[in-house]
Amino acid sequence: MNNVPADLKYTKTHEWLRNLPDGTIEIGITDHAQHALGDLVFVEVPEKGRVLKAGDACAVVESVKAASDVYCPIAGEVTASNPALAATPEIINEDAFGRGWLLRLRPAAGAAPVLLSPAEYEAVLAAEDS
Amino acid sequence: MAFIPHTEAEVLQMLEAIGVQSIDQLFDEIPASLRVRSLAGVPAAMNEMEIGRLMSARAHEDGRPLCFIGAGAYEHHIPAAVWAVATRGEFYSAYTPYQAEASQGTLQVIYEYQTMIASLTGMEVANASLYDGASGLAEACLMAVRANRKSTSQRVLMPTAVHPHYRKVAATAAGNQAVRFEEVPYNPADGRTHVSALARYDGQDITALVIQQPNFFGVLEDVDALTSWARERGIFVIAAVNPISLALLKPPGEWGAVGADVVIGEGQPLGVPLCSGGPYFGFMTTRMAHVRQMPGRIVGRTVDVTGRDGFTLTLQAREQHIRRARATSNICTNQGLLVTAATIYMSLMGPEGLARVASVSHARACELTAALTRLPGVRQAFASPYFHESVIVLDRPVAPVLQRLADRGILAGFDLTQDYPGLGHALLVCATETKTSADIERYASALGEVMKAARAA
Repeated sequence: MNNVPADLKYTKTHEWLRNLPDGTIEIGITDHAQHALGDLVFVEVPEKGRVLKAGDACAVVESVKAASDVYCPIAGEVTASNPALAATPEIINEDAFGRGWLLRLRPAAGAAPVLLSPAEYEAVLAAEDS
Repeated sequence: MAFIPHTEAEVLQMLEAIGVQSIDQLFDEIPASLRVRSLAGVPAAMNEMEIGRLMSARAHEDGRPLCFIGAGAYEHHIPAAVWAVATRGEFYSAYTPYQAEASQGTLQVIYEYQTMIASLTGMEVANASLYDGASGLAEACLMAVRANRKSTSQRVLMPTAVHPHYRKVAATAAGNQAVRFEEVPYNPADGRTHVSALARYDGQDITALVIQQPNFFGVLEDVDALTSWARERGIFVIAAVNPISLALLKPPGEWGAVGADVVIGEGQPLGVPLCSGGPYFGFMTTRMAHVRQMPGRIVGRTVDVTGRDGFTLTLQAREQHIRRARATSNICTNQGLLVTAATIYMSLMGPEGLARVASVSHARACELTAALTRLPGVRQAFASPYFHESVIVLDRPVAPVLQRLADRGILAGFDLTQDYPGLGHALLVCATETKTSADIERYASALGEVMKAARAA
């Protein structure tokens, strides 16, 4: 059974978004994505202050068998990236929706991304599985 | 591994399996007008005896000139054992490992090579080699753009005193990927690149600075000052070095307070003969912090399931076969054969042997420069320390003088007139440990006679 928390938004490319109380958005990859990649050995996250457009490759997750780009689901400026990933990339495997977050950004004014609800994302996963 | 060509029956079987009548039919989609039917101007085939005679006749025409040309490729003595071992069947593959882990010997040679070249340059990690020094510089510039994440300008400072071919290759390969090169002039009095020439870039977003040591004129740059200037400003430092010189000079890993970020160079001086410009090989080393941005193959050492030592290609997620368009480079290979020769060369010479090659080369170059500049109408261009080549300036055009000396069996140097018109009638001359005092005397007296005759004419 897929692990898809109900309080998050999702993308077709397996990123998740969480609205934080300070108005910034936390972004990571889904449990399904980490499972597909396998054991992560390296994660590259963007510098604080970098301005991203929706669809930009904003991070790289590298496992023992592949390296994949993570696409930024929403335009904005990076306010933080997860400092724990440099030394312990495996926290994404352990807790993709929590400790394994990648970056936080402040959305650009007027940014209106098309995101998936948990139910819609589950449908995407079901379609991939079939 | 034996090469076994397909039999006619096997070819027919394969064609039948894919439903095609003939091999020609596979090329049907290429319009007839674009297909070459015959090769005009190519003579008829010759047999082995005929081709052997033709080739020896042509080789004889080359003669055995006394060579004082350096300019990026250098004549050094190569111990006979180097190529005797490198051409053994087990090693004699020009190329990169494919079914890599099945070739443990090949991987171990590359691993030993990486260890030696990392140690020589004072860096933490080396790749399995690149095509040559010039393409190595292009790759290093692209790597700087990826690795220096504080910079977004893609501007690279390129001293004019860097090898002109390296600059051209970098401009072609990296320039077409949006890297912009800014030329930094050298000081005409001493042939060096001064920190003061960089001052105009203070406060600007610059991605990388290239430092060649020794520079194209053979002159030693103040690498500590240049490196510190760049590193203090968050500018990535790309070192281009001659590997032989590193036996005497400070390795790039120790330049300035913190060292260079990436080191590249031409590996030819390490056991590869001068042969019409190649094949040579490029080397590249960096710090572990940048290893994922380094192009090329990397061999690592590990243990197998039973705990025995083994070698394997590692960090392959950087490479083209996995990362496709976003790989660190579209060149995903190494120069296996040349690297094998270099590894044998370095292991035969050892640190002490390399240091002797370097110091004798330096002494010969000083002897040569002194002998030439004693002649009337010849002076040294720069009063700066140099390694094993230096720039001399004649009182008349260089090309006719070089031609007269070539007629006497002396390749007298590299004419700088085209690449550096500002230097006047300038000639880059080189001497390594292969030149004796008698050779140098022969060159000096021939040059003296040629210059005298030219003045009289």
